[in-house]
Amino acid sequence: MIDDSPRAEFLGGVRAELPLLLGVVPFGLIFGVLGLAAGLPGWAVVLSSSLIFGGSSQVVFAQLWGGGMPPAVIVTTVGVVNLRHLLYSAAVADYLSNLPWRWKLLLAYLLTDEAFAAAIGRLRDGPATAHRHWFLCGTGFTLWSGWQLSTLAGVLLGAAIPESWSLDFSIALTFIALLVLSVHRRSDAWAAIAAAAVVLPALLLPHKLGLLVAAGVGIAFGLFMRRFDGKKP
Amino acid sequence: MSTTTLLLTMAACGLVTFLIRLSFIAFGHHLPADPRISNVLRYVPPAILGALIAPEIFLIGGNLNATPDNPRLWAALVALLVARLTHSVLATIAAGMAALWVVQAWLG
Repeated sequence: MIDDSPRAEFLGGVRAELPLLLGVVPFGLIFGVLGLAAGLPGWAVVLSSSLIFGGSSQVVFAQLWGGGMPPAVIVTTVGVVNLRHLLYSAAVADYLSNLPWRWKLLLAYLLTDEAFAAAIGRLRDGPATAHRHWFLCGTGFTLWSGWQLSTLAGVLLGAAIPESWSLDFSIALTFIALLVLSVHRRSDAWAAIAAAAVVLPALLLPHKLGLLVAAGVGIAFGLFMRRFDGKKP
Repeated sequence: MSTTTLLLTMAACGLVTFLIRLSFIAFGHHLPADPRISNVLRYVPPAILGALIAPEIFLIGGNLNATPDNPRLWAALVALLVARLTHSVLATIAAGMAALWVVQAWLG
């Protein structure tokens, strides 16, 4: 008989998440270092890992704050960067619909790329037992702990790294990697190219709206180029 | 800007992120399921990332540099290639930083 106690499900989630920490912990270290390089104070870099709790949105936050952007633009951009989490929320919603509110709030807070990736297989394909949400709790808790500790370590490490190493460039490199991961069709690449082409002149717009205008142009161009994608799914 | 502004901005970013993650979990039955929305959503990540990357490469200290003597341009191209080949964030960062240091040393 399968052990579907809360404890067994939670530990199953922890075990499923551990291999993903291999990629998350170095990224947390790098975020700690680049947060300082972008101009955030150390305590703010560490605090952002629990308040925002999302790698790419924290990088965006650090970069835009360091660049002196107005708070409204920063919050909007972080929201836009995190919109993909709508898809995760929709994907897990059915499995959590009968839970009390405190569980929904906790699991929503823990719902990151990696926690979702490690748990969705269990939720979708595993047995529909009463305690399966503990599995998602296990993946989320493991990722959360690894992220907090690695950011803290990165901040301690980053304070010792000289500016001449140009580590602020790792921000752009992070974005390049995430961009390549988000391009699945030709029109996705066109959306990125259009936004990149428009953003430099658009940055001259008032109220620092250039970033969002360029993103809007990119989205529109991607939608337009969709008709040339061929018949791939 | 002040510490209070920093804290409030960060808290607002956290709240927005949390509400996005909570959306369907809490209010799934009241949200529209329109395929046009997901069509727009798929272009959000590449568009916003493209808009964030270009200034990081071409604007250095507020000055535009789109010429071949900009080391960040070459490092970014190396990173793009490595990202395509490996699909790994870490390998991309490692290769891009190494390329930047090599080109910076080369160009003096």
